[in-house]
Amino acid sequence: MTDELPRTDAAVDAAGDVRPAAGQPLLRIEGVAKTFGSFRAVDGVSLDIKAGEFFALLGPSGCGKTTLLRMLAGFEAPDEGRILLGGKDIAQALPHERPINMMFQSYALFPHLSVRDNIAFGLKRAGMARADIATRVSEMVALVKLEGLEKRKPDQLSGGQRQRVALARALARRPQLLLLDEPLAALDKKLRESTQGELMELQRRLGMTFIIVTHDQEEAMTMASRIGVMKAGRLDQVASPRELYEAPRSRWIAEFVGDINLFDAEFKLRDGHRLVIGTRDAGTLVVAEPREALGETRFSVAIRPEKVKLSRRAPVSEAGRETAINRLDGVIADICYLGGTTIYKVKLDTGGMLQASVVNSARLDVDAYSLNQNVVAWFTPDDCVVLPS
Amino acid sequence: MRKVSRLSRFNIASLAFGLAFLYLPILILVIYSFNDSRLVTVWGGWSLRWYREFFNDRAMIEAAWMSLRVAVAAATIATLLGTLAAVALSRGERFRGRTLFSGMLYAPLVMPEVITGLSLLLLFVALNAERGFWTVTFAHTTLTMCFVAVVVQSRLGSLDRSLEEAAMDLGCNPVRAFVAVTLPLIAPAIVAGWMLAFTLSLDDLVIASFTTGPGSATLPIRIYSEVRLGVKPEINAICTLVIALIAVVIVIASLASKLSSSQGESAAPL
Repeated sequence: MTDELPRTDAAVDAAGDVRPAAGQPLLRIEGVAKTFGSFRAVDGVSLDIKAGEFFALLGPSGCGKTTLLRMLAGFEAPDEGRILLGGKDIAQALPHERPINMMFQSYALFPHLSVRDNIAFGLKRAGMARADIATRVSEMVALVKLEGLEKRKPDQLSGGQRQRVALARALARRPQLLLLDEPLAALDKKLRESTQGELMELQRRLGMTFIIVTHDQEEAMTMASRIGVMKAGRLDQVASPRELYEAPRSRWIAEFVGDINLFDAEFKLRDGHRLVIGTRDAGTLVVAEPREALGETRFSVAIRPEKVKLSRRAPVSEAGRETAINRLDGVIADICYLGGTTIYKVKLDTGGMLQASVVNSARLDVDAYSLNQNVVAWFTPDDCVVLPS
Repeated sequence: MRKVSRLSRFNIASLAFGLAFLYLPILILVIYSFNDSRLVTVWGGWSLRWYREFFNDRAMIEAAWMSLRVAVAAATIATLLGTLAAVALSRGERFRGRTLFSGMLYAPLVMPEVITGLSLLLLFVALNAERGFWTVTFAHTTLTMCFVAVVVQSRLGSLDRSLEEAAMDLGCNPVRAFVAVTLPLIAPAIVAGWMLAFTLSLDDLVIASFTTGPGSATLPIRIYSEVRLGVKPEINAICTLVIALIAVVIVIASLASKLSSSQGESAAPL
């Protein structure tokens, strides 16, 4: 492993651009749209990325996230809008004219070149001196821990090693912005988890700006400092992982990110900063007032399964009463044991189903619930999220 | 798997029969090319007499030289054009009439040679072109170009498109990306295409006889006209040499295409 890498190299930085310091705006996407035939793949996306950020574009397949990434790399030209990198509009620039590199989902390693020549490919094109190329390549090889494999061809490497070569090749030119298209999709679960950590470490150490495209919400949550959720060509919400999970902006995002209990609700009355609402499936609930006032009287209320507590009897103490304002009686209808947690599906007496995720904190769990057992499910008003339906 | 790999008696018999049917005539021809006798069907002991005869037969040597030159020129032009067509069809934008265009490119694969030959003859006559080396070469280019295009296009189709994109991402303009990445990966297919075009041109009789002129007969035409006057053992010697040449070319072509398919399939480790 090399220590801090030298960060000044005018030979590779396109036109000797001065890089914005961390936290300063680096990339601005303004109303970008792309249509293929009659299909609007990207429909007016605006987004600001700061230097040093690890940003994730998350969305189901076909939501336009890859098209957006390809427009940043220069493989597609946007039909509308501007892409500003350090203040310069690069929307129509060709891929080789941008100080941006991309790591491909298929890795796209050149099969006829060795690991070393793959990594050196972009440096040779940049007209770097031979000796400098050799130094940079060995730096990169050390960075991704591929020492000893420099002479191998891509088909003599394992999947994880190929992934590292692709990463080293994309990083070698020290781009202002690194794009990663589903970089871990081809790895198995264990390797994926360790690679996630390494990617984050690398990004922090190099102070580089990463934009990753993924359909795996856990991957996005783990790695990114900010996530943009895309749906049907539009950015639905841009937020930190925590905000996205705890304060989703729409019903769709609430359902897309993590598991959730959703009930259709109707406004009944206001009690200070709380709302009393009526639901068909879960009876009357008390919820915290949303930050933005809802114009309508009909909406959805969402509760994450791990916020739902279960007990055999209703809490008796005063404090217990306060936290258990929302108390729902029911029977255990389904048990799904996942090792660390157990998901209980509770059939409520009011008719609906409620999921509760309980941490298995003791090995010999005498407190575990069994099928058809009567339970009380409870949660606080603050655990409920009110969403437009 | 043992059951499958073990051949039953019936399989061995049918295999032997099939191979004999294919190769026995050729084997007899090769053996008789070393015959000392003046009569084709009578064995008179081993000798290289007819090979000497061939190398002293100026008309025959000229025809062979003509055939070689035509084959090299036609194969080279066809490889160039066929490769360009393959690249245009598999890499270009989806233009209108693309399917029609590729269908038209491949039509000569199934077109009866007589028709190709006749239509080319009519064209050359209409253009008032002097028939000889170049007319045969152009005719063979049209015949063999589609074969090259098929070979190269199948190779291009199996390549990961993002390889070229990666090259552009790493600083190549589109032309540079093609030369630095795609060309080395399809080179074996291009070589195989050239070899295929070469052998096709070398043994073509029909189109050559339509499009050639006086004094520029190719080897197959020469042999055919000799045989009509009666088979000389010398023909056996020439044919043996042609078979040897084509065998060598085909072995090289298949080695090249094997090399091509073992290397550089899409790098996705899925």
